[in-house]
Amino acid sequence: MLRLPSFTYLEPRTLKRAIQMKTNAGPDAMYVAGGTDLYPNMKRRHQEPRTVISLTGIKALRKRPTDRRTDGHTDGRFVLTAGLTLTEIAGHRRIRRDYRAVARGAELISTPLLRNMGTLGGNLCLDTRCNYYNQTYEWRKAIDFCMKKDGAICWVAPSSPRCWAVQSSDLAPVMVALDAQFLLVGPKGERVVPAGRFYHNDGIDYLTKHADEILTEVRLPRPNGWDATYWKLRRRGSFDFPVLGVAVWVRWDGTEIAEARIVLGAVASHPQLVPSAAEVIIGSKLDEEAVLAAANAAFKPSKPMDNTDFGLAWRKEMTRTYVKGALAELRARRR
Amino acid sequence: MKPGSLMAPEKAHLTLDVNGERIEVMFARHKTLLEVLREDLRLTGTKHGCELGECGTCAVLVDGQPVLSCLVLGLACAGKSIRTVEGMADAELHPLQRAFADLGAAQCGYCTPGFLLTAEALLKQNPKPTCREIEEALSGNLCRCTGYLKIYEAVELAAAWMRGEQAEPRDEVLYGRR
Ligand SMILES: Cc1cc2nc3c(=O)[nH]c(=O)nc-3n(C[C@H](O)[C@H](O)[C@H](O)COP(=O)(O)OP(=O)(O)OC[C@H]3O[C@@H](n4cnc5c(N)ncnc54)[C@H](O)[C@@H]3O)c2cc1C
Ligand code: SF4
Ligand code: FES
Ligand code: FES
Repeated sequence: MLRLPSFTYLEPRTLKRAIQMKTNAGPDAMYVAGGTDLYPNMKRRHQEPRTVISLTGIKALRKRPTDRRTDGHTDGRFVLTAGLTLTEIAGHRRIRRDYRAVARGAELISTPLLRNMGTLGGNLCLDTRCNYYNQTYEWRKAIDFCMKKDGAICWVAPSSPRCWAVQSSDLAPVMVALDAQFLLVGPKGERVVPAGRFYHNDGIDYLTKHADEILTEVRLPRPNGWDATYWKLRRRGSFDFPVLGVAVWVRWDGTEIAEARIVLGAVASHPQLVPSAAEVIIGSKLDEEAVLAAANAAFKPSKPMDNTDFGLAWRKEMTRTYVKGALAELRARRR
Repeated sequence: MKPGSLMAPEKAHLTLDVNGERIEVMFARHKTLLEVLREDLRLTGTKHGCELGECGTCAVLVDGQPVLSCLVLGLACAGKSIRTVEGMADAELHPLQRAFADLGAAQCGYCTPGFLLTAEALLKQNPKPTCREIEEALSGNLCRCTGYLKIYEAVELAAAWMRGEQAEPRDEVLYGRR
């Protein structure tokens, strides 16, 4: 059996208590929600918290999705609490209607069994992934550890001073494309961070969140005249992490695109905004020419490393195909 | 001597609700539900495969929902109702078990408990699923033997039985007949 190491398990009932427990236990403690990322990582000794603080008993993290009235602070957004499961998000009627990119991203994650357990918060705080890292302790020891855990070198880019492990959450690029806001609660109080500033392009230090902070809410913009979609590339139709994700958000002004954001997932250590690709469709009617130009513009900065499934040249090439496909979908929906 | 003082400090002592029975059990606190079921309760019907969430053979129902017991802590199951394959048959086999046996939906059988429970949860929610819905609901359970078609057919047949219909397996799905 591939067993968990021993640890202290705590089940606080309130956010305040959870944060207190984390502060008391220090850097050796971690939060857990569904456990579908943390527990496999602990079994492979990637993450080795001595104390695990479960967030599943905290009611504030599991409220029904709601509209928040404009009050200067929350500016009338639609609020998803972080403890909702992926099954709940993918199946929610309002989300399916008004935020189909979010529902789509969620329903494409792994398997129904895993989506019953995995949460929104856990998905957005997912550890970065790499073929040289997501292996058992013995495997990693056999080739010698890499710098993400226990070692000094990067096996993907041996001369590199940094780790290139891949951002592999399906919802992270969607949230960046939608310009969602994340509410973080920590020992020093609350703060709101735009999704785009929640992630770092670094395989080891991939979140800007402090370890003590809990992601409590994701606030989505009102559905007023924008549209978005998410395309995911993976080997099997189930189970697999993305090897490329494309999230596109556009705001229409009549028949023309007034604003756009194109975000690539699983090609860097963070969800990668590609402003150069968005620029070429702004002012266009998303005609074939504009779509092609955007696909080519997204292709250039898409630089997958050889550390997930499939060959990297093909994954890079697929950036073009997927951006084209996603934009064509949005155009078809507008007609 | 105080009760419980002989317990090793790292062990948890709790009452779990498994297949409708309340069972007292003591186990190391970091054990997964899968390990508690198999090793401490000797309920070995739940199988262990990858133990990393990648195969679905360990699926059990927790409060009616299929989850991966290899990624749930035993400690986190206090107060929840757990259902394993051992709880499916009473005097007779569960219709899903009968259909799996009749249609050859189990070959080596290693994936079967996970499929049975996942399918049971589906049929509870949706008594008349389409083949596409069955496929989707079972897409987190891997089977290396059957090629899945027989499993989908068995779920369809069991669903019909459970709706009270006089359904017969189609001839072409049976071996050794005629
Ligand atoms: C076989 C398999 C396939 C998978 N496929 C996919 C896939 O295709 N796409 C995908 O995106 N993911 C995939 N995952 C990863 C993971 O299961 C999901 O991302 C899931 O949503 C994680 O949520 P969780 O609640 O289980 O996270 P947990 O494991 O509980 O937590 C993950 C991390 O987030 C932190 N955390 C959790 N909640 C909070 C919070 N509210 N505030 C602050 N920190 C928090 C934890 O400390 C931990 O570091 C897969 C996992 C497996 C095992
Ligand atoms: S990118 Fe390099 S350092 Fe990072 S996990 Fe992979 S091999 Fe290790
Ligand atoms: S043993 Fe749990 S998913 Fe494979
Ligand atoms: S019957 Fe052998 S794995 Fe499914």
